[in-house]
Amino acid sequence: MKVEILSPEKSLFVGEADYVYLPGADGSLGILNNHAPMITTLKAGVVKIRVEKGSEQEFQVNGGTVEVLNNKVTILAE
Amino acid sequence: MAGGLKEVRNRIVSIQSTRQITQAMKMVAAAKLRRAQDAITRMRPYAQKLQEILSNVSASLDASEGVYSVEREVKKVLLVAITSNRGLCGGFNNNVIKECRRLANDTYAGKEVHILSLGKKANDAFRRTPWNKAKGFGDTPFQIFDNLTFEATSKVAQTLMDQFVAEDYDKVVLVYNQFKNAAVQVVQAEQMLPVVSQSESESTANNEYIFEPSRAEIVERIIPNSLKIQLFKALLDSNASEQGARMTAMHKATDNASDLLRDLKLSYNKARQAAITNEILEIVGGAEALNG
Repeated sequence: MKVEILSPEKSLFVGEADYVYLPGADGSLGILNNHAPMITTLKAGVVKIRVEKGSEQEFQVNGGTVEVLNNKVTILAE
Repeated sequence: MAGGLKEVRNRIVSIQSTRQITQAMKMVAAAKLRRAQDAITRMRPYAQKLQEILSNVSASLDASEGVYSVEREVKKVLLVAITSNRGLCGGFNNNVIKECRRLANDTYAGKEVHILSLGKKANDAFRRTPWNKAKGFGDTPFQIFDNLTFEATSKVAQTLMDQFVAEDYDKVVLVYNQFKNAAVQVVQAEQMLPVVSQSESESTANNEYIFEPSRAEIVERIIPNSLKIQLFKALLDSNASEQGARMTAMHKATDNASDLLRDLKLSYNKARQAAITNEILEIVGGAEALNG
């Protein structure tokens, strides 16, 4: 699936991944391929992205909003 | 005229160096303009997505119920005057200051008006006026342009929202230069609070989203964010407008200096020729007197 992390100042990450870990406002959640459409909010924490080769990338966020649609995850970080 | 040879030469030298400065400032402004425009472009996908999500979430929800959309009787108004830190950019700062004065004296006459200055020029203009009463933004909110980040903007926006909710203000209006293109800036008075509900365009992608937490809660969290973005966008716009205005102003100044130089050089050469002619006349006169 495609993952995009945007901040108001720049885009932090654009690319393919097979697993995304999110610090959801009501508890953390993981998103795998072909997740159902979803909109949720984040609290401060770490977003982890497992890129397909197996390496992981981490991003610190101060909260934000996430949309999952058509196998694409858009994270609006603060 | 002939006596002013040295004076004219001095003026030419000083205008030449002035032109050099205005030309350099124009170049610098052009470079900074590009950077400022890049910042706007980088923010746009974020703002668009946020708007998209917001309209998706609030499609069936009455968005006009949140704490930030309460329409109260307007008694206290906060104007946020967004200017630059530096001058030499034409009417850029003055337009904002004038618009603020007009709003305070006419549109919101009889109401309690406070002005929050963002940018040194607005602060200089309003510091000694009775409107300068906005509190709670730290010691020097006008220095936000020294290091313009979303984080700093977000703090100011949060304070604005808190004060609106606490009913310190019934209305918050942003006054800034909107960026049209490098040569055109338009002064905008944009209402920030209460939130203006946009005419909701029916979201085309009518997907069945899972909402977590509930829609209402998501809206409640997204709206502050979109307000922060609104302020950030105004600041970025103002920043780009400033560089555009300065570029235009410096371009005109450079042209003007070139015109002046041309005229001065002409009169300098005329004066020089007149002096030479005079000298020859004197020599000829002297020689004739000897021969005579």
